[in-house]
Amino acid sequence: MELADIAIKFGLIIVIFLISLVIAMYSTYAERKIAAFFQDRVGPNRAGPFGILQPMADGAKMFLKEEIIPANATGFLFIVGPSLAIMTACIGSAVIPWGQSVTIGDRVIPLQVTDINVGILYIFGVVSLGVYGVMIGGWASNNKYSLLGAIRAASQNISYEISMGLSIIALLMVTGTLSLGEIAQQQHGWHWNVLYQPLGFLLFIVCAFAETNRTPFDLPECETELVGGYHTEYSSMKLGFYLFAEYINMFISSAVMATLYWGGYNYPGMDFMGNLLGPVWGPLFGTFVLFMKIFAFIFFFMWVRWTIPRFRYDQLMDLGWKVLIPLAIANIVLTGIVITLLK
Amino acid sequence: MSTFYFIAFLSIFFSILVISAKNPVHSILYLILTFFTFTIHYILMNAQFLAIVNFIVYMGAILVLFLYTLMLINLNKESEPVKPFMVKLAAVFGAGILMVVLVASLKSLGTSQPVVLKNPDLGLVKNLGKVLFNEFLLPFEVSSVLLLSAMVGAVLLATKDTKATI
Repeated sequence: MELADIAIKFGLIIVIFLISLVIAMYSTYAERKIAAFFQDRVGPNRAGPFGILQPMADGAKMFLKEEIIPANATGFLFIVGPSLAIMTACIGSAVIPWGQSVTIGDRVIPLQVTDINVGILYIFGVVSLGVYGVMIGGWASNNKYSLLGAIRAASQNISYEISMGLSIIALLMVTGTLSLGEIAQQQHGWHWNVLYQPLGFLLFIVCAFAETNRTPFDLPECETELVGGYHTEYSSMKLGFYLFAEYINMFISSAVMATLYWGGYNYPGMDFMGNLLGPVWGPLFGTFVLFMKIFAFIFFFMWVRWTIPRFRYDQLMDLGWKVLIPLAIANIVLTGIVITLLK
Repeated sequence: MSTFYFIAFLSIFFSILVISAKNPVHSILYLILTFFTFTIHYILMNAQFLAIVNFIVYMGAILVLFLYTLMLINLNKESEPVKPFMVKLAAVFGAGILMVVLVASLKSLGTSQPVVLKNPDLGLVKNLGKVLFNEFLLPFEVSSVLLLSAMVGAVLLATKDTKATI
């Protein structure tokens, strides 16, 4: 690899990293504004015009608050918990194809950090690793509520990972590849996977809600039963990292859903627009479209949060094991039958 | 090659920490790190699929369950069984003899013959799938039946015996 290539990759990683952080920051603002809209309130409107500087103010508040490590907490692991949560949230973006390759002069720059040929499984691995941040933090707090929250998070994540994996298997039978770059390419020209896998997408989005601990699956931090769940003992930026990780997870899972099922950076009339805009702005317009899809999903996440109440814990487990897993297996069998008949 | 030695050192280092850590939760966390170094070993051997499956299944699922169980058990110093001195001595003696036997048997075996793969890209998903579903189809299916029977057994153990409660 040339030095220039390395520099470009490095730049791409930094840009993606910054974008995910900024989107996570403004997701907190968007969530409050959307919540306000749903509940017929005004929402944050003091910091800057329309409260646009609210995330900065929150960030400053988080950084300036006192760091408290409880006396009976396991000191090192107490810090490892939130660090692990934010790290696993950030590394998921490495395999997502953000757009077609940009051509500047004779240099082709792929808008994807790395196109490993087990891309989906990598995402899956990162998702399954995400629970450690919550578990370690909850256990190290040495608090019953935190421990219960951590245990709920662990059992919830494991239960919903299974149906998520099964729904992905049906998708893989259609695409025939594990590489996210290729999957995004295949969907060019209205071959969006959601048209072939509607049930698979439904299962995937339900599992994505559960894996990101969003309402109606936010039982790990259920305040009516568990005070604050796994982050009861956390304060200042360590709490901030947990909350931030949730928003980054939401962003990444929206990106994964858009890429896997909703055509990724593809849009109708793409070839025409690509010719019109040229080799640099054409692919970048595709990236813009991908981000519009991602924002739509993030809005959907928030819409659900402020519409549907939380599940009870036994309902959650029933849904995961008795509804989603049989449906996912039925989806695999159905997909297999259809593929065999069409061959 | 130096990467291999570094990672191998880390594997052994973390596995020693697994057995020497006082707190069982810490030893599970070291076990997670050990499995992570195994994942790197697989990647170094160009076995991508095995690496990522090791990552998902062992690090992501099995060890979460381990951690889950350990968090529920209250392991205090008071409840820890204290073994008498003679038992400890016998354990050290027995383990030492086992080590002598292992070292002797390994020495008599001589150096292992490294197997050179015909296809260096065997670990990639496509090639692995072809090999599994052609050459090794029967063992593959038999092992899936084995897993199914284990699952049925677990469900059987977990369900309450309705006759006993009446």
